[in-house]
Amino acid sequence: MNPLAIIGNVVITTVNETGRLSLFTWTAIAHIVRPPLYWRLIGQQMMRIGYFSLPVVALTSFFTGGVLALQIYYGGDQFNSESIVATIVALGITRELGPVLGGLMVAGRASAAIAAELGTMRVTEQIDALTTLATNPFKYLVVPRVVAAVITLPALVFVGDVIGIFGGFVVGTQSLDFNSGVYVKNTVDFLDTDDITSGLIKSSIFGFIIAVMGCYQGFHSKGGAQGVGRATTNAVVTSSILILAANYVMTSLFFSS
Amino acid sequence: MSISIPSKDVKIELKKVHKRFGKKIVLHDLSLTIPKGKSLVVIGGSGSGKSVMLKCILGIIRPEKGSIKVDGKDVTRLSGSDREKILTKFGMLFQNAALFDSLPVWENVAFGLIQGRHMKRKDAKEIAMEKLGRVGLTSEVGDLYPAELSGGMQKRVGLARAIATDPEIIFFDEPTTGLDPIMADVINDLIVDSVRDLGATALSITHDMASARKIADYMAMIYKGEIIWAGTREEVDNSGNEYVDQFIHGRADGPIQMDILKP
Repeated sequence: MNPLAIIGNVVITTVNETGRLSLFTWTAIAHIVRPPLYWRLIGQQMMRIGYFSLPVVALTSFFTGGVLALQIYYGGDQFNSESIVATIVALGITRELGPVLGGLMVAGRASAAIAAELGTMRVTEQIDALTTLATNPFKYLVVPRVVAAVITLPALVFVGDVIGIFGGFVVGTQSLDFNSGVYVKNTVDFLDTDDITSGLIKSSIFGFIIAVMGCYQGFHSKGGAQGVGRATTNAVVTSSILILAANYVMTSLFFSS
Repeated sequence: MSISIPSKDVKIELKKVHKRFGKKIVLHDLSLTIPKGKSLVVIGGSGSGKSVMLKCILGIIRPEKGSIKVDGKDVTRLSGSDREKILTKFGMLFQNAALFDSLPVWENVAFGLIQGRHMKRKDAKEIAMEKLGRVGLTSEVGDLYPAELSGGMQKRVGLARAIATDPEIIFFDEPTTGLDPIMADVINDLIVDSVRDLGATALSITHDMASARKIADYMAMIYKGEIIWAGTREEVDNSGNEYVDQFIHGRADGPIQMDILKP
């Protein structure tokens, strides 16, 4: 095949896909701000996306906090480590690792589940059936998932932050023989409200990305079981990449000054 | 080609509807009229454009050209609440029932009442149970999930869902596909009874001639995205159209050639 044709094909596909995704996102936002909302479904999705992701986020945060404490201790100034470890664990978890790892974990779990569920509904004509029953599929399927993810991700990440800091505390006090009172004091003294809120704002955006990508891939899946599998993989990959990219943009916006 | 009926008795009218996917033309200036309160069956082979035609009428697929009128109102460019309003007139039985597998059977049947008509769940459940009874299913089935039902039962639940809102128009997409001959006949009888009881206008697409003969008042044949013949059920055997003759007798030889590789 002509190399120019290949490049042209890639460009057209990329532009086409970006356009479709933008239109999909815009339609989702338009339906979110336009009542009515299905609150019962939003509650159900909050349980699925938030509550059921709690164990995986809690475990990830706990071990990340612990590993962070060890790395700072072994890699840094061990004589002055008691204050540094507590501070960097708290800042690292609340500003970056909590939201990013929490987002990636939920992307792997919830985005895949959303894409698989909606993809199966698409290929078995259940989404068409919704339309014939005078129910807007966007309002019924997409909006509850997006709203639930935007609300629950910050809550999930907040719990993850607490557990991550606790992980650092456990390793610091049990393995590195830090004084527990001093560790807690250092954590509280150096941690600012902005550190926590910036992480929570980030996680809310990550929640939006996770739900929109899961819904988008599921909505546009085709070709039976293989298509649903492809949609699931794409949902996880694209939402993970977008989370990392959005994290960079938001970090530079929040902390550049 | 259209059935000749007075304009006041027309429920749905398609005029020169054109739809293509990429280079493939699926509907080629398709025109068809569906009389009010009658059952029209569109026959045609796989890939002839039957399902796309139904989806165009429902607004799931938007045609590039042509008009589709329901009760005299053009629905091709409707969106949002206007489309939802028109869709409250419709009920549809899908080829594979397309039941919502996350909901119990009764909620599947009551879905259009709860979501489309904003009825209270308790009242909607009562109607759902009554409709399940009308298609020969007991109230115990109402609490099961679709995955726990046989294919025939799923089809009956799909029919109960299609008639739950007492629609003016009911579409049947391959209603007997995948069923044994006895269950297929049971479904055919239920379709005939439901349409008659509701006084609804029915549009069915099928390639099952036994089903078509049983449920049709009128028949039309679609071939390569065009309606090539339309008439009453009785006229189909003397249509004088060689495509129709080949199709209804299921002959491999004739003007319709299948794209198959021969050894």
